[in-house]
Amino acid sequence: MIEQIYSLLPPVVWDILWAMVKAVIILLGLVISAAWMIWLERRLLGLWQDRYGPNRVGLWGLGQVIADMLKIFFKEDWMPPFVDKFTFTLAPAIAMSMMLLPFCLIPITPNWGVASADLGLLFFFATAGLAVYAVMLGGWSSNSKYSLLGGLRSTAQTISYEVFMGISLMGIVVQTGTFNLREIVLWQQEHVWLIFPQFFAFLTWALAGVAVTHRTPFDLPEAESELAAGYHTEYSGMKFGMFFVGEYVGIVMVSGLTTALFFGGWEAPFGDYLPFLNTVPFLWFAIKSLFFMSSFILLRAALPRPRYDHMMSAAWKVCLPMSLLNLIGTAAVVLWLGA
Amino acid sequence: MKSFFAVLHGIWTQLRSIGMIFMHSFRPRDVILYPEVKPPVPPRYRGRIVLTRDPDGDERCVACNLCSVACPVGCISLQKAERPEDGRWYPEFFRINFSRCMFCGLCEEACPTNAIQLTPDYELCEYDRQNLVYEKEHLLISGVGKYHDYNFYRVAGMAIKGKGKGEALNESAPIDIKSLLP
Repeated sequence: MIEQIYSLLPPVVWDILWAMVKAVIILLGLVISAAWMIWLERRLLGLWQDRYGPNRVGLWGLGQVIADMLKIFFKEDWMPPFVDKFTFTLAPAIAMSMMLLPFCLIPITPNWGVASADLGLLFFFATAGLAVYAVMLGGWSSNSKYSLLGGLRSTAQTISYEVFMGISLMGIVVQTGTFNLREIVLWQQEHVWLIFPQFFAFLTWALAGVAVTHRTPFDLPEAESELAAGYHTEYSGMKFGMFFVGEYVGIVMVSGLTTALFFGGWEAPFGDYLPFLNTVPFLWFAIKSLFFMSSFILLRAALPRPRYDHMMSAAWKVCLPMSLLNLIGTAAVVLWLGA
Repeated sequence: MKSFFAVLHGIWTQLRSIGMIFMHSFRPRDVILYPEVKPPVPPRYRGRIVLTRDPDGDERCVACNLCSVACPVGCISLQKAERPEDGRWYPEFFRINFSRCMFCGLCEEACPTNAIQLTPDYELCEYDRQNLVYEKEHLLISGVGKYHDYNFYRVAGMAIKGKGKGEALNESAPIDIKSLLP
């Protein structure tokens, strides 16, 4: 029976179909885990502020997300009369999609992952750069002062943080000799997790990753105490929801990238000595990603928002020199060992 | 060099505060799960207002209107009446509008007969605003409240049926002002 259905189409088509199904499953998993990150964030913030957080709807309050989603879907999608309608509608779509797209590069398990592009890291830089347009267009098209200020801040912040984000990851590229994320993970399985040789790159990458997702302490674009809500002040309903979920998708994406780039992807720690740990590769990818997602929340629970000029000087005076030195040092070591 | 150490110090302080916040994971929660767990309420908590009875079971309120006068928001209204069979005063109606009451307790302080008292019951929510207007049958309880032995008519000089002038506690007999004898 199964062989008969299988023989209806050539095997290549079945492979393409299976790859599409995988991609859809990964997309759904990403969006669902991003949605439940809202619950995780509220519970963890509650834990670290000595309270409970949402614990009423469903088991441990897990149903809170469904309730919130229902509410935000049925809210009136009101658009202020003074906005630029086209860009106003476009901005949340960019925010969501540019955070979703880089996840297709992340190798989840040895045979799961949407794409294995040879210039994967460059694709990530490109989408991270395009994500600025969401905030910029959202702030500009809202035609209000708070939104515009938030958009301006975000543009300057993201551009300055992307400079050294790229440079810090170049150290990895120099060491592994590839832009392909899957090959980077395989290189780490052969040699060593990149957190050890590329520790300074990890430091600057962690800062830049937080800045790219506009999370505390780099949430100056939406500093609620100064700018109402920053670039999404004028948004309501599901358009706001796209910005909101896009932020969490960004967190999941950056956590997954950190896992793949620095922490060996799906490889279990001490997997060489205890091989049974490697039986479920996805488990280790999930555990590591969840750890970084929780770290995002811990940062938000612990740190205040820095002054804007402090943030910019930290980017240009501390992180940029550090990542440059790291790149030069890595290149020197690679050349020396290679010669 | 100085700024280099400033950066290091800044990094250290940030890491320290992150660690301190993380240690909150192991602390008990400061909040309680309210509807399941009730917060501890002190016995003199100023909650729902009641009218109490004296140890003999008669209502204490003598309808002097002092609570109504003391009330800053004017949420108490009552009407005095006199019982024909024994001459005791009592409120014909006694009405407290709890949608206005701010539970300051001034009525309790003004009350000369300890009749009106505030209790630790704070769950007063209603779906209909009109249900927050409490009448006498809602306010009057069958107990003595916080003062177990106090009976106004037993210590006051006012004559009622069964207790004439001078028969109250610590009260001397009335002086005949028409007589010259000591």
